[in-house]
Amino acid sequence: MRRTVLKSLAALAVSAAFCTPVLAANPVEISFYYPVAVGGAVTKTIDSMVADFEKAHPDIKVKAIYAGTYQESIVKALTAFKGGTPPTLAVLLSTDLFTLIDENAILPIDSLASSAEDKKWIAGFYKGFMENSQTEGKTWGIPFQRSTIVMYYNKALFKEAGLNPDKAPANWNEMVEAAKKLTKRDAAGNVTQWGVKIPSTGFGYWMFQAMTASNDTLLMNSAGTKTYFDKPGAVQALQHWVDLTTKEKVMPAGSIEWGTTPKDFLEQKAAMVWTTTGNLTNIRTNASFPFGVAMLPGIKHPGSPTGGGNFYVFNKTSPAEQQAAMKFIRFATEPARAAQWSIATGYVAPRQDAWDTPEMKKYLQDVPAADVAREQMKYGVAELSTHDNQRVTKALNDNLQAALSDTKTPEAALKDAQREAERILRSYGR
Amino acid sequence: MKRLPSSVLPWLLLSPAMVLLIAFTHYPALATLWHSFFSTPKGVRPSVFVGLENYRLMADDPVFWQALCNNLWFALGTIPLAIALAILMALWVNEKLAGRGVLRLAYFTPTVLPMIAVANIWLFFYTPQYGLLEQITGALGLPSHNWLGNPQTVLGALMVVAVWKEAGFFMIFYLAALQQISPVLAEAAALEGASRWQYFWRVQFPLLMPTTLFVLINALINAFRLVDHIVVMTKGGPDNASSLLLYYIYEVGFAFWDSSYAAALTVVLLALLGLIALVKFRVLDRRTHYQ
Repeated sequence: MRRTVLKSLAALAVSAAFCTPVLAANPVEISFYYPVAVGGAVTKTIDSMVADFEKAHPDIKVKAIYAGTYQESIVKALTAFKGGTPPTLAVLLSTDLFTLIDENAILPIDSLASSAEDKKWIAGFYKGFMENSQTEGKTWGIPFQRSTIVMYYNKALFKEAGLNPDKAPANWNEMVEAAKKLTKRDAAGNVTQWGVKIPSTGFGYWMFQAMTASNDTLLMNSAGTKTYFDKPGAVQALQHWVDLTTKEKVMPAGSIEWGTTPKDFLEQKAAMVWTTTGNLTNIRTNASFPFGVAMLPGIKHPGSPTGGGNFYVFNKTSPAEQQAAMKFIRFATEPARAAQWSIATGYVAPRQDAWDTPEMKKYLQDVPAADVAREQMKYGVAELSTHDNQRVTKALNDNLQAALSDTKTPEAALKDAQREAERILRSYGR
Repeated sequence: MKRLPSSVLPWLLLSPAMVLLIAFTHYPALATLWHSFFSTPKGVRPSVFVGLENYRLMADDPVFWQALCNNLWFALGTIPLAIALAILMALWVNEKLAGRGVLRLAYFTPTVLPMIAVANIWLFFYTPQYGLLEQITGALGLPSHNWLGNPQTVLGALMVVAVWKEAGFFMIFYLAALQQISPVLAEAAALEGASRWQYFWRVQFPLLMPTTLFVLINALINAFRLVDHIVVMTKGGPDNASSLLLYYIYEVGFAFWDSSYAAALTVVLLALLGLIALVKFRVLDRRTHYQ
């Protein structure tokens, strides 16, 4: 008798090991990779969102894994995918879209969510954010921590320099004029306070894209197969950027670190900085002075690329896991929660209904600055994204740095970047 | 139980080490060489044999040549300095002076700190305007400088970190070697009226030669396998001015996912390291006097 019991128990254990989805009582476990690209306590916010989700869905367990920067996260996600154990769900750059498709690593969201109600949900996201999420007529990513670039400026320093602290520079010339007044030098001629800082490491291409967008120049086609780095409008934009250090002397020479730019602003070493709206909460909590948030001053008109991360569901995972991941995405993008996330971080809530919630309306009354990024989306363009994206982006970044550190002229740098991009993309154009 | 034939036992004893050596050294090296002759497989495109194409690509790749040159400069700039400093520090803490233990510990500290933490600390030192270095140079009235953001200075700035990190480590070997030298020699030198410098140059330095050789090989290998400082401090920038060979391999392999080109680059790195080992065994070893 005992033997039969043991045998059947063993058989049960074996069958359970082979067909977990059959036993509905067992919770489905999904892994969720997410990156942090801005300052502040984003990890804590994610952890509490995951805890809330698990409370609402006791049949699903979410293993949230902080995977480093965006670059490190895609390395980890793709390595895991190639090793056969991909994350079920990951937040990765929206610009990684083509890379993920080329590796066959992700599933189209509309293959998992195809009911009429699902279609309505997908249609509820801002068009500007969906440009980097859809291609080949399919939706591959769901906007989550999306952003645009904004300009933060120090109102106290504006007042000190005799500028109107309630009116930010609206165009490039005004920014240069203000920056001249805001750049301070000591007796020996050394700069103690810079007028403006536009970071050039890591996201240099992104900053540059804001300048070209405001100069009526696009950097790539929507199929991700062609780039236009050496168009006259782009060369002109880069010349403007370089001029800030060489001609106007209102920005430090050499490359400016993406990561320390918010700190430079908080330390009052730079009066105006360009960085993602995702830094808003970090700066709001840590600034010891009144500050303003403004749309980026453009060359011809305002302009900014969108940016940030999308949710992706990975291939080589079980259908039960994929459905659980979809539930999590739906949960995270519910109006109230998207609003809460936006308030906690400063990222732009990706749907109109999130902005219509009472919490958001109250927040906007307290922090009108939060609306700047959304307003700016009227002038938004899709972020630079092509096949072999990391490589093409590097070619542009390297050459931007070369121009900014004065080893190449803007024209030569962009010609080199374009030639390199054409070489990389030649097999995709056909 | 029957006795094993006498030839089996040694192989059995060797096998644990051999399995590890084959699994983690020889097989990966050969597999890398093999993969470097194929194209990179993509989700939609399987890998095909391309012969030497990856190597031809490398010959035309300006970033590869730059990384290689940077690496040679890096080795030239850091190794002699780190070794000289290590000898100096070892000579000093070998003396009978008060607080010797603390001093030895202080010199060794850089070695035990995790590299990523170290790089972050140095990143702060180099930060323009309010970093530690700037505060010192600023107090002296010197102009501000963007050390890591300027292609002319970035490699030098990274060399300083490497020397700081390596010298303390090498000091330990020199200290051990110095303590092996018989005090009789020092007494004899003193009797002969040799100066401090003569004693060092004629007696101590030649006797330290085996250590110098060992340290030199280690330093060379370290110079070619440095990657963590670069990741944290510069990401190879600006415009590849601080890209070293291993960092470039990492970038090609894991940022671009061009695994077969990364394999070809790795083969070149392996060949370089192999060459260094060969020089050690064939040339330097013969000119070194062991006690």
